Amino acid sequence: MKEKKLRILIAKPGLDGHDRGAKYVARALKDEGYEVIYTGIRQTAESIVKTAIQEDVDFVGLSLLSGAHNELFPKIVELLKENDAEDIVVFGGGVIPEEDIPFLREKGIQAVFTPGTPIKTIVDFIESQRND
Amino acid sequence: MEEFKKIKKAHDQWEETTVKKVTSRFPERKETFVTGSDIPVERAYYPASFDEEKWNEEIGFPGEYPFTRGVQPTMYRGRFWTMRQYAGFGTAEESNKRYKYLLEQGQTGLSVAFDLPTQIGYDSDDNMSIGEVGKVGVAIDTLKDMEILFDGIPLDKVSTSMTINAPASVLLAMYIAVGEKQGVSRDQLRGTIQNDILKEYIARGTYIFPPEPSMRLITDIFEFCSQEVPKWNTISISGYHIREAGSTAVQEVAFTIADGMEYVNAAVKAGLDVDQFADRLSFFFNAHNDLLEEVAKYRAARRIWAVIMKERFKARSSKSQMLRFHTQTGGSTLTAQQPDNNIVRVAIQTLAAVLGGTQSLHTNSKDEALALPTEDSVRIALRTQQIVAHESGVANTVDPLAGSYYVEELTNKIYHEAMAYIEKIQEMGGMVKAIEKGYVQKEIQDAAYRYQKDVEKGERIVVGVNKFAVKEEAPKDLLKMDPTLREIQIKKLAHIKQERDNEAVRRSLQNLEEAAKRSDVNLMPLIIEAVKGYASLGEICNVLRDVYGEYRESIVL
Repeated sequence: MKEKKLRILIAKPGLDGHDRGAKYVARALKDEGYEVIYTGIRQTAESIVKTAIQEDVDFVGLSLLSGAHNELFPKIVELLKENDAEDIVVFGGGVIPEEDIPFLREKGIQAVFTPGTPIKTIVDFIESQRND
Repeated sequence: MEEFKKIKKAHDQWEETTVKKVTSRFPERKETFVTGSDIPVERAYYPASFDEEKWNEEIGFPGEYPFTRGVQPTMYRGRFWTMRQYAGFGTAEESNKRYKYLLEQGQTGLSVAFDLPTQIGYDSDDNMSIGEVGKVGVAIDTLKDMEILFDGIPLDKVSTSMTINAPASVLLAMYIAVGEKQGVSRDQLRGTIQNDILKEYIARGTYIFPPEPSMRLITDIFEFCSQEVPKWNTISISGYHIREAGSTAVQEVAFTIADGMEYVNAAVKAGLDVDQFADRLSFFFNAHNDLLEEVAKYRAARRIWAVIMKERFKARSSKSQMLRFHTQTGGSTLTAQQPDNNIVRVAIQTLAAVLGGTQSLHTNSKDEALALPTEDSVRIALRTQQIVAHESGVANTVDPLAGSYYVEELTNKIYHEAMAYIEKIQEMGGMVKAIEKGYVQKEIQDAAYRYQKDVEKGERIVVGVNKFAVKEEAPKDLLKMDPTLREIQIKKLAHIKQERDNEAVRRSLQNLEEAAKRSDVNLMPLIIEAVKGYASLGEICNVLRDVYGEYRESIVL
């Protein structure tokens, strides 16, 4: 039986232009065989959620390096819920202090990957969430 | 010549006998060795591999064309580089305190970090600013914030660098207005605005308007400052962010200089004489870990710029041919793991910048892969510069690595490879065209991807990350921003909007709008007029947004 090809949206909320990490993760996940869409920088929470729903993705990966993660990551989870799309798994990455991670987990961000994380760790996480 | 032939022969013999004897029993660590940017590295360099006959033409002496060895004849024997730590966070009051602290600690110039809403021309009360106010720099909404930021800091005594691009005119206008309030005339102001929009499209992301009007704003500044603020560096053409985005050293040099050429072209097209503005152009480069490659990079960049300015743009003044640059150590080389190791990385990078002849330097703090730096870690970073300056001895002679066979060969290699990129971009019609095609972005991304893959495969070692890792406690004592900052800033702004002469603001914004629609008016005086009446940054940028529209990124993956 062929496994379903998972769809992943890599998104950059907030205003920072540091997209090296986001682009690397997007491309590396594509190389791993996933369908990957990348939003580009400076996306509002609303536009990310809209794209996620339109593109019918299974995952949204958020990248932020400005320090606005505590405000912006939970907002995206909330908006997904409001739009009956809470089945989409949200994870995040960037310059995120360790002590903020429990808060983000509590707000529904399923995993947070900080600098230096090997791509395999992200792949393992994605595969662990496969629900079929 | 005969002498070189003899040396070459001796070299080949050495490879055949002495080297082979060893490598047959003890192979080297790797099949091939490369620099941090993938330039192949030989086992040992020797005189015949570099052309001493071209010494005068390509290397020469410090302070003379083509400036390979430095822009001044005495360099740090005269005066050390400017130690300039990039700082700013939270409110203007807090940043003002940090600046005073840094000046007390022996720093010799200021470098202002603005928050992202300021950099993208949004006021703190804009919806786009949610979560971002005061995070990566100080929040500036109106002239009031700038007055507080420089309170008690005499603007005729410090030089100030401002990392501001799309709204550079507005922040420069505010700085001029603060000067006036302090009784400091425009011709006494010293400093730099980054004002380099092209690398925002390529790598950094804080663009607002499309390329054409952006270039107009920039040439307006060139023209205005050449007449009114003659000591101001009107642009800092930046390779720093290109390198942070993952480019190689060669690409950093090539794309930065190609950007510089685009600005010179635009200014000449707008009717300025090249020698009228070119001596105020400055550059900004990165310093990564491959020490000797970095030194070669700065030397090559100086030579390329001199040749291009002289040959292509016919600059007559030697000041127009000199590439003066600021350096910042490489943020992306810092690791969140074992952060103390970053002190060592920064020390190596500091050496690179100094051996490469930088005019000013920012050293990163050890905790910057985790959060904004604390006061303690900023002090260590500044001390690193002071130790290199006062204790290492490398500042006692100019360009001490000149004549190193390896460094000279690398300098030549970077020179030629970067020139090839520059030619290719010229063939495409210049940098704006190359950016619109996504060519530059794609080249950088491919290099970044290759690098990261090498790290993943363990072919490149990052100490503490993919080798020599340890179990670590989560670091404590990180700098935390007050989450209520935005509220404070919004209140301040509302108050100012009540107090100011709103009719005058309306008129000044309308004048600006009319001028922006024409191409024969310099916008700087109108922007100064608006900021003096306490029109906000967001109001001014919105006027320009309405006239010029906004840039949309072309996504390249």
